Amino acid sequence: MASEHKVLHGIGVCAGTASGPVAFVAQAPGVDENEPKSTDLEADTARLDDARAKVIDTLVQRADKATDEKSKGVLKATAQMAGDKGLYKSIVKHLKAGEGMTHAVAGAASEYAAKLAKLGGYFAERVTDINDVRDRLIAELRGLPAPGVPDITEPVIIVARDLAPAETATLHPGQVLGIITQEGGPTSHTAILAAQLGIPCAVKTKGALDAITADDIVALDGGVGEVIVSPTDDEVAQLKDRAARRAKALAGSSGEGATRDGHRVALLANIGTVDDAMNAAKFDLEGSGLFRSEFLFLGRDEAPTVEEQTETYTKVLNAFGKDRHVVVRTLDAGADKPLKFANQEHEDNPALGVRGLRLGMRRVDLLDTQLQALANAYQATGGDLWVMAPMVSTVDEAEWFAQKARSYGLPKVGVMVEVPAAAIRSAQILSVVDFCSIGTNDLSQYTMAADRLNGELANLLTPWQPAVLHMIKAACDGGAATGKHVGVCGEAGGDPLMALVLAGLGVQSLSMAPTKVNAVRAALRMHDFSTCQQMAAYALDARTAEDARKAVIAIADPMLLDLL
Amino acid sequence: MITRTAVVGASVGLHARPAALFAQAVDDKGIDVTMTFGDEEADASSALEIMTLGVKGGDTVTISTDDDSAGAAMDELAEMLTRDLDAE
Repeated sequence: MASEHKVLHGIGVCAGTASGPVAFVAQAPGVDENEPKSTDLEADTARLDDARAKVIDTLVQRADKATDEKSKGVLKATAQMAGDKGLYKSIVKHLKAGEGMTHAVAGAASEYAAKLAKLGGYFAERVTDINDVRDRLIAELRGLPAPGVPDITEPVIIVARDLAPAETATLHPGQVLGIITQEGGPTSHTAILAAQLGIPCAVKTKGALDAITADDIVALDGGVGEVIVSPTDDEVAQLKDRAARRAKALAGSSGEGATRDGHRVALLANIGTVDDAMNAAKFDLEGSGLFRSEFLFLGRDEAPTVEEQTETYTKVLNAFGKDRHVVVRTLDAGADKPLKFANQEHEDNPALGVRGLRLGMRRVDLLDTQLQALANAYQATGGDLWVMAPMVSTVDEAEWFAQKARSYGLPKVGVMVEVPAAAIRSAQILSVVDFCSIGTNDLSQYTMAADRLNGELANLLTPWQPAVLHMIKAACDGGAATGKHVGVCGEAGGDPLMALVLAGLGVQSLSMAPTKVNAVRAALRMHDFSTCQQMAAYALDARTAEDARKAVIAIADPMLLDLL
Repeated sequence: MITRTAVVGASVGLHARPAALFAQAVDDKGIDVTMTFGDEEADASSALEIMTLGVKGGDTVTISTDDDSAGAAMDELAEMLTRDLDAE
């Protein structure tokens, strides 16, 4: 039975549209941790016989249908292994010992796998087959879909939790209309593969595995990440039409970010790892406006050494070369994501506690190590390195950080503007540093006194809230008064419509997920700077967040709507 | 008990395909056959069991059965082991 009509939202990572039947790539199910012990050997053996027969039958059928000899051979061999008497007897032995059904299968398989692995060579290669048989048997016993890439006989949209490299290797691009994953991100293996093959793809599609069933027809817009389950004919047509218009609006979107009349707004990437940096550097963008250095620190027993950090920063700087700048944010941790080596005490309100630079000022050793590593990487690469501190509230804090960072010979020192206090006093703060970058997510949270993690408060947290826009304006005014650079590195910068407002307010750079840069660049190119300023004025004066957005749309180029 | 020894003819040893072919042949005979290699024993109707012996080409293996009427069948099986099963 096909599912009811519904619309899901993911992150579009490869533009283009597709509609058609689906095929699931299921993960290996693993043992059932909650299964009962085996007490009725006769009944359990009967269950095993049944599952085994079904697995063999499926494999034999697939082998018969396989067109190339290699696949046929592999499938036949797997079928034979599924029917192996030794494996069967061993499973029964485990059942007799009282193990649960799937534990018995896993136990028997692992014994053979261990023996073969020990023999090495040709024998060890068969371990993969044993594991495949194990996974198929357990899936059948648990009533779950067989793991791996399904047998595709017609062009389909692939649906998966996420795709592993081994799974994508067996996909035939000609048979895949599109890819939808529930997990993964814009830099996941799936996203990279889809982009390489030019297959429309949405990742991080919330609820996809529950909402889509095997009999469904699904429509996908890989540009905006929209997935429609059981779409109407009209919707499929509209989707195609929208994709065509979007492609037209994006056509020729390349080069530096600027408004139609040439007012520059640098377009940058938010990154969190070395892999992110390598991936982002391949995009047509002007550097990184936010490298979150937390990944070096989180989940570890000891702080990373100068050497380790130097290596990472060097790789990141090298990825972008000497012409594109990289803004590194020093460690941004708090009691909500505690570090084992920082001795943080429990806090009732970690968002308002010792976090960001506040932690850096108390654990100066951590900050010193990080700044030393950044200085080393800067000297080694000659890259365009900017360094900024998170969670700064006062001029004193900004000055303390700036002096410290400059004492290591770092060329460009700045602070994040996330706290209203820093936004309002940006002229004074900017007078002691070289630049600032507005974190719109936290600035919204602190301006509206609404917890970022509380889904119920989402409407208070949108950067379209006129109060938040006034905070951003205050920060930009400080930039204008001091002649210093003001950027934005929150999610707001990746929204083409909001990007226009930010440019109008005086923001000079926007940092976002690399896949969003094209649309933002196209949006800027469609408008003059004076229009952006007008949009900013309307949004600031609006009564509500909704009114602000509507007022901006009203004077935007109609083609912009195709980018949203 | 009937026992036969054979020098394995499959150049790659009793790995996937030769083991599968031999196990199938044992199964077709309908007799219980044990394969012995060194100190290890295996149920010869299971390709997996045979593989875990790690028999290489040129190794000598022993097959045995308790079925005293299976002399001819055991001769055939022993002969089969001497062939290069991977090439068949």
